[in-house]
Amino acid sequence: MKVERKCKIVEKTRMGDAIYLTLEAGDMVRTSFKGPGQFVHIKCGDAQLLRRPISVCLCSEDEPGDLVSIVFEVRGEGTAWLAEREVGQELDVLGLAGNGFQLEADKRCLLVGGGIGIPPMLGCASYFDRSTAILGGRSADKIILTDRFEVCCDKVMVATDDGSLGHHGFVDALVRQELEQDKDYDYVLACGPKPMLRNVAKAAQEFGVKCLVSMEERMGCGVGACLVCACDMADGSRKHVCKNGPVFDAEEVDWNA
Amino acid sequence: MPDMKVNLAGMTMKNPIVVASGTFGFGREYNEFFDLGELGGICAKGLTLLPREGNPAPRIAETPMGILNSVGLQNPGVDAFIKEELPFLRQFDTKVIANISGNTPEEYGIMCDKLAAAGVDMIEVNISCPNVKAGGLAYGTRPDLAAEVTAMARKHAGSVPVMVKLSPNVTDITEIAKAVESAGADAVSLINTIRGMRIDVNTRRPVLKMNTGGMSGPAVLPVAVRMVWEVANAVKIPVLGMGGVAKGEDAAQLMLAGATAVAVGTSLFADPYAAIKVRDELAAIADRQGLASVRELTGGVKPW
Ligand SMILES: Cc1cc2nc3c(=O)[nH]c(=O)nc-3n(C[C@H](O)[C@H](O)[C@H](O)COP(=O)(O)OP(=O)(O)OC[C@H]3O[C@@H](n4cnc5c(N)ncnc54)[C@H](O)[C@@H]3O)c2cc1C
Ligand SMILES: Cc1cc2nc3c(=O)[nH]c(=O)nc-3n(C[C@H](O)[C@H](O)[C@H](O)COP(=O)(O)O)c2cc1C
Ligand code: FES
Repeated sequence: MKVERKCKIVEKTRMGDAIYLTLEAGDMVRTSFKGPGQFVHIKCGDAQLLRRPISVCLCSEDEPGDLVSIVFEVRGEGTAWLAEREVGQELDVLGLAGNGFQLEADKRCLLVGGGIGIPPMLGCASYFDRSTAILGGRSADKIILTDRFEVCCDKVMVATDDGSLGHHGFVDALVRQELEQDKDYDYVLACGPKPMLRNVAKAAQEFGVKCLVSMEERMGCGVGACLVCACDMADGSRKHVCKNGPVFDAEEVDWNA
Repeated sequence: MPDMKVNLAGMTMKNPIVVASGTFGFGREYNEFFDLGELGGICAKGLTLLPREGNPAPRIAETPMGILNSVGLQNPGVDAFIKEELPFLRQFDTKVIANISGNTPEEYGIMCDKLAAAGVDMIEVNISCPNVKAGGLAYGTRPDLAAEVTAMARKHAGSVPVMVKLSPNVTDITEIAKAVESAGADAVSLINTIRGMRIDVNTRRPVLKMNTGGMSGPAVLPVAVRMVWEVANAVKIPVLGMGGVAKGEDAAQLMLAGATAVAVGTSLFADPYAAIKVRDELAAIADRQGLASVRELTGGVKPW
């Protein structure tokens, strides 16, 4: 059961270029939580017709209302409008949408987040026990929430493209290194730009570890009715990011599309 | 409360608000938000004889108060609709309108046979979808081809009313409307999407992978009102008006222009309850104007 409701902003923090908002969301988590990695579809003012999909970072059942936090960067007019909202104001939110990383909480996972794909991995880190996180970004200021990951994870590693923090290079090098050293992972879970996801999926496949990825596509309805958010599958079919995803089995995805 | 019942080509609806084809899937998703029985009717996602995966993404681009889409008729095919989706839709106290597209007149005929046998309340014949390279556009832009497809559908639809969906991408929409009326159409619906394009200035790439797409949403409402007005004045068969309806007043405009009923599409993406709100606001307008029935709005415009 999905809901569309007004959600009050109860917390706003800046994290480098990103903005962290916590929303009071009524019974949204109680009625529609399926696993970490779902998203909310947010109306960004009257000037933008379409809602904007933003991944859930953390969410919990709570009183007086469930809590949902999101982290986003300004990319265009919609997210610019969102960035101007302040604590106490309300947002029109549809959610929780999509399927998320639907696995049992006792699975041991290697979590890989790239750039603005880092925040949804925090939801995974707090949901799955004993996980390891690999966080990547262009430079040190893009690596956010590390302290929070350190609380939830057994181990946290960082890679930056420019070498300003952690490993100098891409996350998939760290993924290979970790899977080489530790054969005890059930899954690799990843969220980030598509080229990163492709590389991480390849690394996981090399080590025979199952990999789930969170995909992005432009959306309309956000609920599976309009069929605009098509994602090409390896078998030639087209699935929908908002309904069948955003989380897909990496082997299902056509990485050449 | 004014009487909200309307009769569209023999099909009685509890209210004049339906949802537009392609914006509502087969109803399952929005049934998580409200009871589908609240709607006058549901135009289901466009069907083809065989399943189609549609066009590559991106399939949507935002425009000022509108969108462009290039879904390309992704659908499971008419047989899967009849087997898996129709029984679901049939549970609700609302009219089910199947929407069909074909590559040849014969395909339209076969689909009508199947749908009439399965029992839908109406068949909406899409001759105007601008997304599919084969067929699609050509039927809707030439009176003779539009008439041929209409006659074929009418012949195979048995007792089920046939509504032909018109394309706005023509010089004179009344010509097509008259042609399909003569060929036996029981109603017409309009407007389908208007061809458009958006370009990303930095990459110099069109936003849509198909380069162009069909425009819908509030920005197209005035075009829809004008075309409904022209068509309603040119034919005797009833009109289902659509294009950009977001509030009760928009629906009232289309009805005053001559529509018997009104469809809500793109507005659902902004607000999943849009169709219900349009219905309630329309009722409030009729009430405020002291009308006994919402039907009194149809064709009530007083042109200068
Ligand atoms: C499932 C999912 C989860 C996401 N999670 C996050 C997140 O946690 N944090 C975050 O910062 N961003 C996230 N994004 C990306 C975010 O949706 C876009 O940055 C945002 O829609 C841009 O809107 P805009 O108006 O600022 O930009 P504009 O470029 O002006 O937007 C124009 C149109 O394109 C769409 N669009 C543009 N970029 C994207 C994109 N990357 N993905 C999908 N649609 C896009 C917009 O929604 C809008 O309809 C996510 C996207 C998806 C699909
Ligand atoms: C995503 C999308 C898919 C559509 N698919 C179909 C379709 O399959 N068949 C059809 O006849 N019209 C289709 N349409 C057109 C709509 O039914 C409607 O005619 C048009 O969008 C104008 O109404 P609106 O502005 O209220 O959306 C589609 C429109 C959209 C936005
Ligand atoms: S956005 Fe409408 S189906 Fe995914």
